[in-house]
Amino acid sequence: MLRLKNINTYYGKVHALKNISLHLGQGEIVTLIGANGAGKTTILNTISGVTPASAGEILFNKEPVSALQPDRIVKLGISQVPEGRQVFKPLSVEDNLELGAYLRYRSREWKATIHKDMKQVFELFPRLEERRKQLAGTMSGGEQQMLAIGRALMANPKLLLLDEPSMGLAPLVVQEIFRVLERLRQESGTTILLVEQNAKAALKLADRGYVLETGKVILEGAADELMENAEVKRAYLGKDKKEMWER
Amino acid sequence: MSLSLLSRGEMQFDQLLQYTLSGLSTGAIYALIGIGFSIIYNATGIINFAQGEFVMLGGLFTLTCLDLLKLPIWAAVPCAVVASTVAGLLFERLAIRPLKAPTPINLVIITIGGSILIRGLAMLAWGKDTHSIPSFSGDDPIAIGGATILPQHLWILAITVIIIIINKYYFYYTISGKAMRACAYNRRAAGLVGIDVRRMVLFSFLISSAMGAMAGIIVAPLTMTAYDVGVMLGLKGFCAAIIGGMSSGMATVVGGLLLGILESLGAGLISSGYKDAIAFIILLLILFIRPQGLFGKADSERV
Repeated sequence: MLRLKNINTYYGKVHALKNISLHLGQGEIVTLIGANGAGKTTILNTISGVTPASAGEILFNKEPVSALQPDRIVKLGISQVPEGRQVFKPLSVEDNLELGAYLRYRSREWKATIHKDMKQVFELFPRLEERRKQLAGTMSGGEQQMLAIGRALMANPKLLLLDEPSMGLAPLVVQEIFRVLERLRQESGTTILLVEQNAKAALKLADRGYVLETGKVILEGAADELMENAEVKRAYLGKDKKEMWER
Repeated sequence: MSLSLLSRGEMQFDQLLQYTLSGLSTGAIYALIGIGFSIIYNATGIINFAQGEFVMLGGLFTLTCLDLLKLPIWAAVPCAVVASTVAGLLFERLAIRPLKAPTPINLVIITIGGSILIRGLAMLAWGKDTHSIPSFSGDDPIAIGGATILPQHLWILAITVIIIIINKYYFYYTISGKAMRACAYNRRAAGLVGIDVRRMVLFSFLISSAMGAMAGIIVAPLTMTAYDVGVMLGLKGFCAAIIGGMSSGMATVVGGLLLGILESLGAGLISSGYKDAIAFIILLLILFIRPQGLFGKADSERV
């Protein structure tokens, strides 16, 4: 479904991604794990067209998408839930969701479909329905994360890119969000590329994973294999508890 | 003795009323121009110093429609707005969008350069003379209390109110307006939900050049118009936007009205020589003391 071939991306002079190659199959959940600065977010932003690659190729359903603007990429069916949620804080929950479906508002069935889709999002996150008229900025971090996911789902994506959905959230909320991701895969067959610091939770959910270090893929494999891998255990799983404590 | 004091007091009150009323209508003009500044700034981060030129174009295109094309005023106004808006869109397409490195300093220089170019072209097209445009509905003064205003003043206030209401409706109740607010709040996230940010930029130029042109048209019967009126009006509008903290809503409207009234009171009570100075003193004071605007909270959530 999605294939990155030898992607190189620069931030100014910093060589952030070095020959990254990875792929996702239809209906798969794949996770990228790695320390801060390993290039996880950059991979998502390169796929989304926010920080275009300087070399390499991205194919989505066999079509090259590497030179497209972010909005065109959303139109093709790739939505990103950005790091730090980035909901439109001065707008209401409903408006945020409506904007998630922005690309469809020209179509004639807009009014009908948008309500149907919004209902589905409310079904996944009942909390959002209670707060539909509230300004997004006045909600808690967890609720904003739900809104960010809901907003991305409003575009009816075939592929969902999630950037650290658990960042700064209480463990219970994280659980709830991961349950929803699981449900999404089961019920609508959404393909998910998940970037996470919380490697344990991510590997538990995912089918496969890639381990990144300083802009390179150093390890890849099935999630349960990675979970057992000594290197991964030492570097990413053992640290989990301490990281939570540090926060 | 006491009688003369009373009548003097009354006269002063009438004068104050007079200054306030005429200040209100110039203030409304500043507000419209200021909102134009804010809309572009919020959508793009650009302070469009060419904003005043669209105000000038509005007035002069109306003149052409009236004199050359012999259109009646109700047809000339929309024609002039459309013509100025087209100029605004061309400006964005030809000067702003092609920019390879859109750093703030480059953009500021480009908009100043664009402003000089538009002014030069206007000078070639309409000459250096000052032109007058007839009022929309006569010049018989209307008495309000001890003060008088012209019908054109009422036109200005009414049209400003209508534009502000349309503006509010657009930004809060249409998907395109909401998308523009989303862009203003967070351009990257707006792109990630599929909003074509470049189109929103073009849209912001469309709205603010139309609003600027409208301001230029409704004020022209009172103040006359010429190729260079945009400079001062643009700066005053900028000042209104700064007082309003670059909001595209009521804060800038209040900023404009406040500026108009203070200017008019200052000109009347101190000296008309200081009229323009008052605006810039306010501008500097705001920038020094409350750079977030008179009503703004000191947050810098814009990323």
